[in-house]
Amino acid sequence: MKSRFFWHAVILGLLFLPGLPVIAEDLLMARVPMTFPEAMLKLQSTLKKYNHTLSRVQRVDIGLTAKGYKTDKYRIVFYGQADEIRQLADEYPQLIPYLPHKIAIFAEEEETMLVAVNPEMLFQADDPNLQAIMKKWHNDLQLIFKDMRQE
Amino acid sequence: MLCRALLLLGLSITAITSQAAASKSGEELYRQHCAACHGYDGNGGVGVPLTLPDFQYSVTNNYLKATIRHGRPGRVMPAFPSLSNADIKALVKYIRRWAPGKPFRYPVTPVLGDAKHGQQLYQQHCMACHGPLGEGGKGTGLTFSRPRDLPIIAPALNNPGFLKAASDQFIKATLMNGREGTPMVSFLKQGLKEQDINDLVVYVRSFEQNPLPKEQKPLEAKEATIAFESSYDLKTTIANLKDAAIGNNFIIIREQTLDEGLVEAGKENPQQHIIYFCNFGFLNQALAIDPRVGLFLPCRITVVEKDGKVMVYALNPSRLSPLFNNSELNKLCHEMNDTYVSIIEDATL
Repeated sequence: MKSRFFWHAVILGLLFLPGLPVIAEDLLMARVPMTFPEAMLKLQSTLKKYNHTLSRVQRVDIGLTAKGYKTDKYRIVFYGQADEIRQLADEYPQLIPYLPHKIAIFAEEEETMLVAVNPEMLFQADDPNLQAIMKKWHNDLQLIFKDMRQE
Repeated sequence: MLCRALLLLGLSITAITSQAAASKSGEELYRQHCAACHGYDGNGGVGVPLTLPDFQYSVTNNYLKATIRHGRPGRVMPAFPSLSNADIKALVKYIRRWAPGKPFRYPVTPVLGDAKHGQQLYQQHCMACHGPLGEGGKGTGLTFSRPRDLPIIAPALNNPGFLKAASDQFIKATLMNGREGTPMVSFLKQGLKEQDINDLVVYVRSFEQNPLPKEQKPLEAKEATIAFESSYDLKTTIANLKDAAIGNNFIIIREQTLDEGLVEAGKENPQQHIIYFCNFGFLNQALAIDPRVGLFLPCRITVVEKDGKVMVYALNPSRLSPLFNNSELNKLCHEMNDTYVSIIEDATL
């Protein structure tokens, strides 16, 4: 019963999501006009703004540097909403390797790049519930990236 | 009744926002779709620099429009089939602001010549940069967090996107005049005659008849997830997976539950267990090809116990690979796919 309400809420919520152009990009990318530390802080506050919890940050650059490889700042940010992640993992186990959600963030000189997979391109499902979830997931990412681009 | 009203309201909002999206300015569109790769100032990064005067004056608006529409399959530049013609026109107008003045216009007449002679000349003069089959220079112009040694990478002349966008006369003009600010030199100045250049153009155009080499084609994989059922209990499966990962030259870097960091400490679900592992040499190699591969990272296998069954899950790199539109990643993704399957099979069978 709880689950039915959840999906109804997702579908209904989609009708009222802030309008964003529907462009079928496979990867979502954004160039943030900020240095890496500033962008990292901004990403944390943006995730919070959209009710996501940052679960952890993988410091890819630290691992690479420790092994003697050269790289600039490079992190993977994992985030999500606890209830949603639990529900998705229970009902759609094929999503498990992609949970919690993640965004790659790395420095390019004085600016910062963000990259995420467009989930709608990854899971082209027939199941309308799953389609709705992917749409919401995609829409969330678009909103986060739009904020990060400072538009 | 309420549902209908909500639906109507939803549809109205969608219609209004679609109209708003249609009237976006070139600058907005550029910031949203192009700036990540080409830079806000057009100086390039992943994508070619758009501000080079020689580039601006030698490419036609049609070339730019076709490039945006069709992209460069397998060479990172994505296609934008969903942008309207008006959007693409607005984008081209915005890109043109970096070089005020009229771009060159080429006659539409096809170039005639001897493809066989063109092939000989290609092998002598072009192959070193553009590759034996016209597959382009190594790398895709990606720079990101790494130093770059050239402003651009030699384009793939056999790319269907390039061949759609570039007219014969455009290719001819590039060969005749070269491209200042890049390694592309004028072949007239290098001693070739106009007819030699025509032969070269005809040879490059003949790439349209050849199918793309296998390694340039995107990988085909249906499922986004690799899933196996384990013959062992949760604890044994986790131990086996760690052993198998180490046996495949990986280092275990972290273990956690799926919901760690999302729920209060102590309330995590221990039946959803993630093992993170890494081979730093492999990682460095992958990042050099395409720094966006962070989306595959870190290597991870998740073990889930539910209703007495133990399942093992990993993402399918072969399914992710086409999303990057970078054919150089294909081999690595295929290799990674095999590695995941091998580790999981070792641990679960």
